[in-house]
Amino acid sequence: MMPFQPVMLATDALIFLLLGLSGGFAWYARRHAHLRAPWRRVARSRTAMGALVVIALYVTIGLLDTLHFRAASGTDEQGNTRYAGEILSVLDLIATPLREQSEKTYSAPFATHLYARETIELPQGGQVRDFPRLQWGGAHLADPLADRAGDILLRTLLGIGIGLFAWLLLLALLLRRSAQGWRQWWSDEESGPQRSAAWVGLLMLILVGLSLTLAGAYHVLGTDKVGEDVYYQSLKSIRTGLVIGTLTTLVMLPAAILLGIMAGYFRGWVDDLIQYLYTTLSSVPGVLLIAAAVLMMQIYMSNNQESFNSLTERADMRLLFLCLILGVTSWTSLCRLLRGETLKLRQLEYVQAAQAFGVGHFTTLMRHILPNVMHIVLIVVVLDFSGLVLAEAVLSYINIGVDPNTNSWGNMINSARLELARDPLVWWSLLAAFLFMFVLVLAANLFADVVRDAFDPRLRERS
Amino acid sequence: MSEGPAGVQETVLEVSGLCTELGPQDKPVRAVDGVDLHLHRGETFVLVGESGCGKSMIALSLMRLLPSTGRVVQGEVRLQGRSLLDLPEVEMRRERGGGIGMIFQEPMTSLNPVMSVGKQVAEAVELHDPAHAASPRARVLELFRQVGIPDPERRIDEYPHQLSGGMKQRVMIAMALAGRPGVLIADEPTTALDVTIQAQVLQLLRDLQAETGMGILLITHDLGVVAEMADRVGVMYAGQLVETAAVGSFFKQPRHPYSRKLFRSLPDAGKRELGLDIIKGMVPPLNQAFDLCRFRDRCEAAQAVCGERLPPWQGDPQDGYRCHLAVDRIELQASESARHAPAAADAGQPLMAASDLRVHFPIRKGVLRRTVGFVKAVDGLDLALYPGRTLALVGESGCGKTTVGKALLQLLRASGGRVDYDGANLTQLRGESLRRLRREFQIIFQDPASSMNPRMLVGDIVAEGLRAQGIAGDRRAEQARVLQLLDQVGLPASSVGRYPHEFSGGQRQRIAIARALAVKPRLVVCDEPTSALDVSVQAQVLNLLKTLQAELDLSYLFITHNISVVAYLADEVAVMYLGRIVERGPVERVLNAPAHPYTQALLASVPVPDPDDRREVLRLEGDMPSPANPPTGCHFHERCPRAEARCRREYPARFELEPQHEVSCWLYAQRD
Repeated sequence: MMPFQPVMLATDALIFLLLGLSGGFAWYARRHAHLRAPWRRVARSRTAMGALVVIALYVTIGLLDTLHFRAASGTDEQGNTRYAGEILSVLDLIATPLREQSEKTYSAPFATHLYARETIELPQGGQVRDFPRLQWGGAHLADPLADRAGDILLRTLLGIGIGLFAWLLLLALLLRRSAQGWRQWWSDEESGPQRSAAWVGLLMLILVGLSLTLAGAYHVLGTDKVGEDVYYQSLKSIRTGLVIGTLTTLVMLPAAILLGIMAGYFRGWVDDLIQYLYTTLSSVPGVLLIAAAVLMMQIYMSNNQESFNSLTERADMRLLFLCLILGVTSWTSLCRLLRGETLKLRQLEYVQAAQAFGVGHFTTLMRHILPNVMHIVLIVVVLDFSGLVLAEAVLSYINIGVDPNTNSWGNMINSARLELARDPLVWWSLLAAFLFMFVLVLAANLFADVVRDAFDPRLRERS
Repeated sequence: MSEGPAGVQETVLEVSGLCTELGPQDKPVRAVDGVDLHLHRGETFVLVGESGCGKSMIALSLMRLLPSTGRVVQGEVRLQGRSLLDLPEVEMRRERGGGIGMIFQEPMTSLNPVMSVGKQVAEAVELHDPAHAASPRARVLELFRQVGIPDPERRIDEYPHQLSGGMKQRVMIAMALAGRPGVLIADEPTTALDVTIQAQVLQLLRDLQAETGMGILLITHDLGVVAEMADRVGVMYAGQLVETAAVGSFFKQPRHPYSRKLFRSLPDAGKRELGLDIIKGMVPPLNQAFDLCRFRDRCEAAQAVCGERLPPWQGDPQDGYRCHLAVDRIELQASESARHAPAAADAGQPLMAASDLRVHFPIRKGVLRRTVGFVKAVDGLDLALYPGRTLALVGESGCGKTTVGKALLQLLRASGGRVDYDGANLTQLRGESLRRLRREFQIIFQDPASSMNPRMLVGDIVAEGLRAQGIAGDRRAEQARVLQLLDQVGLPASSVGRYPHEFSGGQRQRIAIARALAVKPRLVVCDEPTSALDVSVQAQVLNLLKTLQAELDLSYLFITHNISVVAYLADEVAVMYLGRIVERGPVERVLNAPAHPYTQALLASVPVPDPDDRREVLRLEGDMPSPANPPTGCHFHERCPRAEARCRREYPARFELEPQHEVSCWLYAQRD
């Protein structure tokens, strides 16, 4: 009997497809000098390597949250395993305490008491209106007022210690193979970017260590209205952000590339047709189109409840649909860029030389045009990523984004809207969403800048 | 041309021991290594050398305009006694344009496209001419007149795109003159211009020098320009001056082996039966410290002593050379004779013939993109290409010669006329039947950098035609053929697995030639294949083309603006002007006895590498008219010094002066 049954949601499948494609591309790039060289330049940048470590942590969390399963919940009469209806991810499993330890309502970060007064029945009879103790947060403390500061300090030190230890262990493992040895690595000019990555890595590992020691005992970022841990929500939102940022590009790429280079290469009526198509599309206000499409989707879903096995599946479909519709509205700029570049390329002499050999159009497109516009595609994909993550937040904020049941930074901000009007103010939901999003977008932007510099031939000539 | 009083010459610019480095401090590239030179008032000193030898770096070091990675590490620059390298930046800014003016190679990118040219010159006047700073317009007009811009009152308010290349270079010169500099640095000022325009600009520089007495430091790679302009010459090689001399003695007897080889690699009519001399190998990388002669590995005259120590400077600093050997001990091998099949007197049937070929590009305007006119790039052209012979198509940029090449190969479809090849009219062929014929005619492009896909391996590039035409058969046969082709053009077999950017310009042009030859064509269109290359590399490519022609019985259509290459390579010449051929004939007839006034002017504009041959014939004024709106009658009549009333009315008929020598000009009408 299997203790669990793997579940593959639609977005999961696409994420694995994306991983496969990236892996394939990496393998291909390793064997081609012209592709390897710009990545080498990226690897020589301290900023890029530092940002990459941050992104890697996000991606790891996102991937853990992508491995979905149903847990076994017992056996039926025939001895077959029965599985729970609820779909969980590996991240949920790891963060079980966070997921399950929900309070009654709001509590501030590191609080031991609720954020609102309640009428408490005293054991000896009688009632008091006071802040009740939290069910989980700081529950292990006998005297919260006296012990809390010491306990937090202890756990913080322990967390830092774990992070440091893990870091040293990792470093030793990685450097074991290198011939030059520890000392040289430390002082060498060449390994500067690696050292930057190591420092950022230390910071990340300490954060992981702190989560291990603190998050189980306290609600480090507080709880929301229904008492759910905000730190857990923020972690779960990572996957949503990454999915929007990457899958949108994945779905728009084929159309943008194909139409863009076709318009530039064939010109004439093909060009006119494609130009009209994307000019028209980009003239429609994007938010309007998204709102219309999402509302239609919502209605379709509520009319066809039976076709979805679970809430999670339904929310996932909506997420995928949002990616599609965002893709439809965002492919035009890439298409326009590619058309322009292709117009330039087709005038180049090697394309004409191919023509003089009687090379077919399709071969010319695949052999001479596509590889020479790929740097633009890559630059746009990386630059677009952070914009899409932010777009998700904005769309969810105005309620046309992801499903309200999906954890996302946009939804967190949306609910924080009401909390900010409350007295006393509940600020931690907004801050948590902001912090998580800010760090990801900042890292992505820093990385994107370096990638652009490395791949843009014009910038390269100047330096 | 030194106008100074005899004996006492005022030195305006003095450079001593200049060293300039580029790149990181610990691994520098020493682009300029210990250059000494001085410039007198009213004198022209020409720095000549091939690309990458450090000529431009000297100019930028003098102006203190080095790129951010560059720095002057040693040496002194004195401009009329003031040490430029020690000036603070604020004062240096005053010297730029005030003390030293500079003009650059590319007038197209040196002007701001959104500012009127008058304003841009006025800016320079305001900065450097306090007397006219308040109302610069009058001074700008004066400058425009000085540099020979016609109708300056109108031109002053025009924008750069409204001016031709020659006019823009004149504006740049006006700007450089605004501060009345004592020294003018001209970095390849005519390289981007056509020969007739080049002749105008060079003449202008000479006139201005006579007028103002400024010293000119001219940088060029063209020995013809050297002969035409220089009082004294400095030859640069790998960051050093290897020879300095007065122009007369330099051309009579160059001393350094490198200078001599340069002369011997220049193509001209006298070397037709020989191969051109080539300089083997490449310029050594400059990121090393040299303890031997830099030219030693490429020098045929090298002896034991050259491998022992640095060569000394022999002779006077201003008239000497850097070599171990005495002049009479430098012995160079005689040129190898190239296998040149003399063209048969009777050429037989033409391989490809174009008649009344027209290529018109529509000009579209407005929202509905209606066609409002045509650019008549090629307008009624007849020519015939014979097997095993070379036809040179000569003309200035914009005359439509490249369009002819592409239209013959059906890379551009003709708007009218026919191209006959092997009994078929190519302009009517479509699809598969044309595709199959394509292997018979190939093209080699001008710029070896853009003619190869940077993402493909050399092996795949050369094999592209084989695969497209399905000639090669299996993979092994294909590989063998590629190796054979690379060997044929003199490249090592290891080139197969490398990318084009790993090769030098000349090597890339060889790859392009191998690619074209892969499908065993009978006709190759060579579209300025050597104009992006240095002289010594050009010689290699020309030798190769000549040898291949003899081996494979190829027929070439050689499109060029370089007359000396024509003299060396061509059997026949056709001269194009504004989409039509104005003169055609055997090479010796056309070059020695040009009949059409345009051909005469074109040939007279070409600078000849011989300072005694400063001919003053037929300088063409003005620019080529637009092919969208050609003049009525003879297209050339507006610029023609011998135009008559009839020329303005009717396009001239074709007259045969001698068998095979035809000219379209009314001057020869009476002979009929």
